[in-house]
Amino acid sequence: MRLMQQIGEWLDERLQLAATLRETAEHPVPRETASWFYVFGSAALVVFVMQIITGILLAVTYVPSAGEAWNSLQTLNHSIAFGWYIRALHGWGSNFMVAIVLIHMVQVFLFGAFKYPRELTWIVGIFLLLMTLGMAFSGQVLRFDQDAFWGIGIGASISSRIPIVGPWIVYLLLGGPIIAGSTLSRFFALHVFVIPGMLIAFIGLHLLMVLKLGINEWPMPGRIVRKSAYIKEYHELTKKDGIPFVPGAVYKDIFFAGCVLLTLAIVAAYFGPFGPSGRPDPTIIQTAPRPDYFFLWLYALLSLLPPQAETPALLIGPVIAILFLLLLPFLFGEGEKSWRRRPIAVLTILLVAVVLGTFTDLAGHPPWSPVMDAWSGDPIPQQFLQNRSALERQGALIFQLKQCHNCHALGDEGGKRGPALDNVALLLTPDQLIRQVIQGGGNMPAYGKNLSPPETTALVAFLKTLHPAGQPPARNASRTIAAEPVANPPTSTNR
Amino acid sequence: MTLPDNLSRRAMFVKLGILFNGIIATLLAIPILRYVLAPVRRARKVGYDTWLSIGSLEQFPAGQTRLGTFRNPDVHPWDGKTAYSACWVRRIDEHTFQVFAINCMHLGCPVRWFPQSGLFMCPCHGGVYYEDGARASGPPERGLFEYAYKIEEGKLYIKAGELPTPVSPDKPSALVDMSGKQSCA
Repeated sequence: MRLMQQIGEWLDERLQLAATLRETAEHPVPRETASWFYVFGSAALVVFVMQIITGILLAVTYVPSAGEAWNSLQTLNHSIAFGWYIRALHGWGSNFMVAIVLIHMVQVFLFGAFKYPRELTWIVGIFLLLMTLGMAFSGQVLRFDQDAFWGIGIGASISSRIPIVGPWIVYLLLGGPIIAGSTLSRFFALHVFVIPGMLIAFIGLHLLMVLKLGINEWPMPGRIVRKSAYIKEYHELTKKDGIPFVPGAVYKDIFFAGCVLLTLAIVAAYFGPFGPSGRPDPTIIQTAPRPDYFFLWLYALLSLLPPQAETPALLIGPVIAILFLLLLPFLFGEGEKSWRRRPIAVLTILLVAVVLGTFTDLAGHPPWSPVMDAWSGDPIPQQFLQNRSALERQGALIFQLKQCHNCHALGDEGGKRGPALDNVALLLTPDQLIRQVIQGGGNMPAYGKNLSPPETTALVAFLKTLHPAGQPPARNASRTIAAEPVANPPTSTNR
Repeated sequence: MTLPDNLSRRAMFVKLGILFNGIIATLLAIPILRYVLAPVRRARKVGYDTWLSIGSLEQFPAGQTRLGTFRNPDVHPWDGKTAYSACWVRRIDEHTFQVFAINCMHLGCPVRWFPQSGLFMCPCHGGVYYEDGARASGPPERGLFEYAYKIEEGKLYIKAGELPTPVSPDKPSALVDMSGKQSCA
């Protein structure tokens, strides 16, 4: 024990850090900030450190070459003791990181912590969020599988739409004319050197400002932020009703960080690593690429936007969103901090959460993607085939053979790209059915060239049977009138 | 030599030193930027797009659409399978072809060919194209990208080597060599 003390004293005589560290640790914070709401920033930091450790461990085995990356992931998954677990920790760690950073941001926003004098802390935080998302995307690319390969293609397609410089940005992104080894090397450099370096620097800045300016006090309704008086009021608050950060508040951070790490360890062990999915072979096209979960909302948005609105929304939307976030502390730098007095702020958060949640949920079972194997894999349910004539059953066969089922569901089976056809005969008359099948329209391809007249007849005969028992199918009212004998025939005829 | 009062000898040396480093930094920036921007500069040279063989004509029966593969011209030994790309080859008749990029012109996912309904379908956001590559439905704003092709000595060549994106020039002029004997590559 005495030896330890002597070593400590020897070190501090040379480092001269102990006093500074003690002062930093024991700096007074407002009493109410020792709260479970104030633990997300430190948890994000702990997960980030975890990502650095597991990242370095993965780099020991991973080969950043287009030809070998996928094989090295297989080696990690199957041949090295606990290689799969390090991959799982890193993969799930990235999900945790994105989630915790977002929660931290929401808390900071609702508690008005971005207001004077912490504007720059918020702005640095926005950059940290963007870098975290950059890490998430580039990390997905390093898992160089089919999803990653086509994912970069999607990134390139989006970038190509930027006016004038678009094609150049694609070349820069890919490091060449196609997605290949140079692309992976670029993303490796970004994911392992560039973005982490910037992250560390910005986290340092972020923490320094938290220490220098003090943690945001618990917002009280009616306690208004004024630039002229805030700093004095804050110092009075910490002096009058403050507690030292260590141990007054830090134990909640420690406890929460421990819980996060434990959850991460369990989740990683239970669910295992992400992929890799199929080999990144561009000539294997039997693939349906999906982004990782934090970009699922974007995947949904891209299929739900009208085509004409897509490019402007993709190129202008993020710029406006980021600009708004950056300008937020300047637009609303003073005034009320409490969420109880900021209904629009609360509603904004709710709206964004509901929108992102809905899009993410939709992307989990995407209704806009055709089910590519429904025509051969999902049979037509029995109730649509019982007591049908030979012609109608032939039509059902055409329905399968011509891949109608890929986009149209019957009895909840098949694609949801187009409307379900369970009751189509109630909505369209036979003539309208023929027109729709042959000419398409309303986001349906025209089948005129690919259906012979007998095939069309059979298909429409089948479609005519798709109505609930007891409800008559739609019919053309004018036909009925035309068929009825007219009481007073027109006096003149064209014949 | 007289100096202004506020500029001491040492202060001047500091400024000279900064200037000196600035000049060196500018000089070093040239090779660094050239290195970083190399893919953009190379793109403007010839060689990205080259005539590439996708196999003999017998592989592509008339009236059918089949998957063709080719090796890209600008590749490295460590590119593995990513050195290859695929394309859809539609042989209309003896001498007329259409060669489409497999990338959907919405966001680049690989489209699949369904001969029964004569449609290309994209698994990502549901873009659909007719057999001639024209847009049928879904979010794409244009038809499939079409490679220029030529027939030479019984082989089908396409001009390729670059990832087609939605802004790639539409339908390059197809260069068809009908004689099958000339070698003018």
